[in-house]
Parts: sequence; structure tokens; C-alpha cells
Amino acid sequence: MDVTLNGDACTIEQETTIEKLISNLAVEGKFAIEINQQIIPRSKYAETVIHLDDNIEIVQAIGGG
Amino acid sequence: MTKTDAFSIAGIDYSSRLLVGTGKYIDLNETKNAIETSGAQIVTVAIRRLKIGQNEEQQNLLDVISPDKYTILPNTAGCYDVESAVRTCRLARELLNGHDLIKLEVLGDEKTLFPDVPRTLEAAKQLIDDDFKVMVYTSDDPIMAKRFEEMGCVAVMPLAAPIGSGLGIRNPYNIRTIVENASVPILVDAGVGTASDAAIAMELGCDGVLMNTAIAQAKNPILMASAMRKAIESGREAYLAGRMSRRAYASASSPINGHFF
Repeated sequence: MDVTLNGDACTIEQETTIEKLISNLAVEGKFAIEINQQIIPRSKYAETVIHLDDNIEIVQAIGGG
Repeated sequence: MTKTDAFSIAGIDYSSRLLVGTGKYIDLNETKNAIETSGAQIVTVAIRRLKIGQNEEQQNLLDVISPDKYTILPNTAGCYDVESAVRTCRLARELLNGHDLIKLEVLGDEKTLFPDVPRTLEAAKQLIDDDFKVMVYTSDDPIMAKRFEEMGCVAVMPLAAPIGSGLGIRNPYNIRTIVENASVPILVDAGVGTASDAAIAMELGCDGVLMNTAIAQAKNPILMASAMRKAIESGREAYLAGRMSRRAYASASSPINGHFF
């Protein structure tokens, strides 16, 4: 199933949840996630299923002024 | 004296009036050392895409600049429209577990990085309606500064000169007018190049100064962080002390009576 992840085309399994995705990606530290510009609260990661053509953004804090 | 001279942003007292950014350092170790040396308690960060598939051992900025130790101030740097600025703030709030203090900047163009003030006003309104505490980067226009205060921004942060330019306080009279009119903290944000610039901002009566490049791009950032800490403190003390009046001609410091010659 094709989705967009941080601007790049990406293929993931059907019925993947956000929780599964971040576990597969081994994402660590503090981050926040949007799907189609809607923020997904951390408490909903386990129940939020990714759909075909979803646009997923995972962001973090980096150096800035 | 300085111990009782705390300043307050959104109801929290801070003893340091120096706010620093975390951009443009060589690595996280230098970032950490510079920020510790600066004594800053409020530290800005940017929100960007996480680089997927990166080396897992790479440290995260927030591991080094811990939200338990510092007040993290997410910025909206790089946003040229209202929507992306508001979206960035909402992501930052989620990322920082509901932390609602943000630095709003909506930029006008890449050459000057001057604020687009009408868009900044609109973004500030949306963010305040959404319960954010907004510290706003704006031009050195006293009327606009008052507008931002009246709409509920918790601090107004006029530029001293373009972001990253190091040109110093280009319009001290405007900065002073903004300070005189204000009943929220006024911080110079952007344009400071060296310690004397920071001291001048404080002598004008600013409540604080936010800087990044002046420290990060100094030849010795750690030493400059130390210089800035002292400049902010001495500028503040000089402001509180009240400077002597200027006069056109000399006034002898030694008594003019009692000459034996």
C-alpha cells in the first residue's frame, strides 16, 4: 500500500497502525505525528490505522533560533 | 540586586534575561556547552521532519537540552503563511506534551527575513484563540507592538536588525518607544552581533534579548555565550541604575576648590 512519509513515497503493509509504523521505523525520542495534516495524539497511536495515500508527517525538535 | 530582579513570562519567573537559540552550532556538544554557559533558561528550537533511517545512536536535541531543565520555546521559523505557522505550533504542543509557550514568526521574504506583520497578526489571533501563549517576533514598529500586546501576546519581540545579520540595534529610538508603551515583556529578537549590542538593548529598558547567531557563529561560541550573559546583566543593571545625563562639555571629576598650585 502506497503512502507518503515525510514527503517521500513509501510502501507499507495494509492495516498498519501508527504504533506499528513507529516500531518498524525504530523512531526514538520526542516526536509528533500528523496524518493528512491532522495531529494524531500519542494516546491514539495504537488504534490509528494508516490508509492508502495517507500523507504522514513525523516531526521532531531540532536546532533553531 | 539581580536576585530580586526576576522577569516573568506567562506567569513564570526567570532569573536570566538572555534567551538563546540552538541553531548553527557545530554539534550538540557545543550547543549544550554554549547554552549552559549563557545561563539562559528559555531556549528556542525548530520543528522539522524527522530524518527516517538515521543512525540510531545520534542524540536528539531534547536529550541535550532537556525540557526538565529548560523552558523549551518552539519557533515557527521558515513559515511564510498563517497556516504553516499555526500547524507548526500545534505539532510542537503535541511533541512537548501540551507545552503551550511558542515563538511565533511569520516571515515576509527570504532576503530580509522581515516579519510579514499582517499575517503574523492573523496567526497570533488563531493561536491565542487556541490557548497558546504567544511570544511574537515582529518589526520595530511601536504601533504594531502595542497591537500584539492588546490581542493577548505574552511577550512582544521586535527585531533589532535582520535575523542572523549581527548589525546591532538599528533603531534604538523605536525600541525605546516600544518599551515605554508596553505592559508585557519586550525582548529584542534578532540582529544582535556582539556583547555591546545586547547591553544596549538592555540599557534601553528591554526585558530581555533573544539571540542565536551572535553566539553560535562567534569564533569561540562558549566564550561569547559568557560575554553575552555578562552583557545582559550589566545592561540591565545600568538601566536600573539610571545613566547620568549627557552634556556637551567637560565637567571636572576632581574638586575645583582647594588648589595649592
